Amino acid sequence: MDRVAVIGASMTQFGQRNAWVRELLAEAGEACLDDAGVAADELDHLYVSNMASGEFEGQTGIPNALAHDLGAIGAYTQRVDQTSASGGAGVYAAWQSVASGASELTMLVGGEKMTHRSTADATDVIASLTHPAEYKHGVTLPSFAGMTARHYLETYDAPRESLASVAVKNHRNGVDNPHAQFRKEVDAETVLESPIVADPLRLYDFCPITDGSAALLFCPESVAAEYTDDYSVVSGIGGATDTHVVHERDDPTVMGGVVDSAADAYEMSGLTPDDVDVAELHDMFTILEVLQLEDLGFFEKGEGWRAADEGITTRDGELPVNTSGGLKSKGHPLGASGVAQVYEIHRQVTGDAGDRQVAADVGLACNVGGFGNCVTTTVVEAAE
Amino acid sequence: MSFEAHRCENGHVTYPGHTVCPECGAEQTATVDLEAETGTLVTWTTSTATPPGVREPNHLGIVEFDVEGGTVRALGQLTTGDVESGDRMTPVYCDELRDPDAGIREPESQSWDGYRFAPVED
Ligand SMILES: [Zn+2]
Repeated sequence: MDRVAVIGASMTQFGQRNAWVRELLAEAGEACLDDAGVAADELDHLYVSNMASGEFEGQTGIPNALAHDLGAIGAYTQRVDQTSASGGAGVYAAWQSVASGASELTMLVGGEKMTHRSTADATDVIASLTHPAEYKHGVTLPSFAGMTARHYLETYDAPRESLASVAVKNHRNGVDNPHAQFRKEVDAETVLESPIVADPLRLYDFCPITDGSAALLFCPESVAAEYTDDYSVVSGIGGATDTHVVHERDDPTVMGGVVDSAADAYEMSGLTPDDVDVAELHDMFTILEVLQLEDLGFFEKGEGWRAADEGITTRDGELPVNTSGGLKSKGHPLGASGVAQVYEIHRQVTGDAGDRQVAADVGLACNVGGFGNCVTTTVVEAAE
Repeated sequence: MSFEAHRCENGHVTYPGHTVCPECGAEQTATVDLEAETGTLVTWTTSTATPPGVREPNHLGIVEFDVEGGTVRALGQLTTGDVESGDRMTPVYCDELRDPDAGIREPESQSWDGYRFAPVED
């Protein structure tokens, strides 16, 4: 079977932006087309990953808006919403469109505009993904993280400081990412003394609220070299859901959607966790990076907290994780994040990651929606 | 008032109820009232960044109840943040857990009353 190649990639500056969602999407989309030297009217399909442009901004119908703004009128468009995992789900949709033969050239643009709303309002928009039995109690995604972190630390006797090490590492990585929202190192003491948000987690255990956009361009591997020498290949991809009601999961420290989507991605690629050289994980909260390291098969359950603590996942470690700075320091514009994860892996395996470059032929991205409610795992390899 | 978990014909119990049993796909045909029961606090948090219409700080926890044939868990607000995992907890009715008119969700689309959990002295 002809595999699917990534022939172009872009991301905008992440952070507090004076642009609305349409402008952010167009900025990333134009840059991605430029990256591959492709004209907008050549696109067969155009996908937009976005969670809540209607709720945040009162702008719906953004795929059609983007097609018009970019000059891609005539392309088939679709909005992909899977909350925080909209970007990963968009990668899945774009991959499907090319793998199935329905499209010869598909662009995916993920984006979100959030910072014009208060933290309380933005938190409520995101919390509205919860079941009524959860929402009525005022539960937020950060509160799920607090409850899960406490349970993890108590069950596996892991030190609280190990979560701070995740934040320290990802902030260190973000310093070298020109697109990151925060390019500032933090030390463990700062993390551990920052204000409590959802006990035992503190401000620096959480990603910020962010505006931004990222884009990827896909075509069949057989024609990729006609566009560029610097392409990568999506060799495996899987998507899965877990329960909607978070407390109904048998083991609160296992993200079933990560386990299931990774199993599919590994099987399709014919690779195992040992083959992965670099990973972008969904560190919306520090505890999530630890859970994904375990549920993706890199560590035994209960051991993932050691990774950042012992330097295994730092940029010069055995398995560099979140070389981009992760959601933690790069920022988390919901629909853009899963796209920006694959942007980073694409840059790493094509040797174009600048100061963040590590030795990598195989990379993995894991994009998590809700509190593990829906997940896409993608394996991206260097072209042969 | 009752605090109803839902049971399918194969004995699986969930809170809240679902269209079909998530475990086996059978219809949930019976209810189990947890209101007078005592459960165990699995984990908890105190949230200090709460959405519009939600008390601040908001103490939240997951409580596990033993029921015939297994266990069932429920998420809920706690009456106090002075708790530890493993504490014994009992439900306490509250007629409005958050202000229905302050948040993004349509007030008429769901109920807003429910149960908080309070520690019980052994
Ligand atoms: Zn059942």
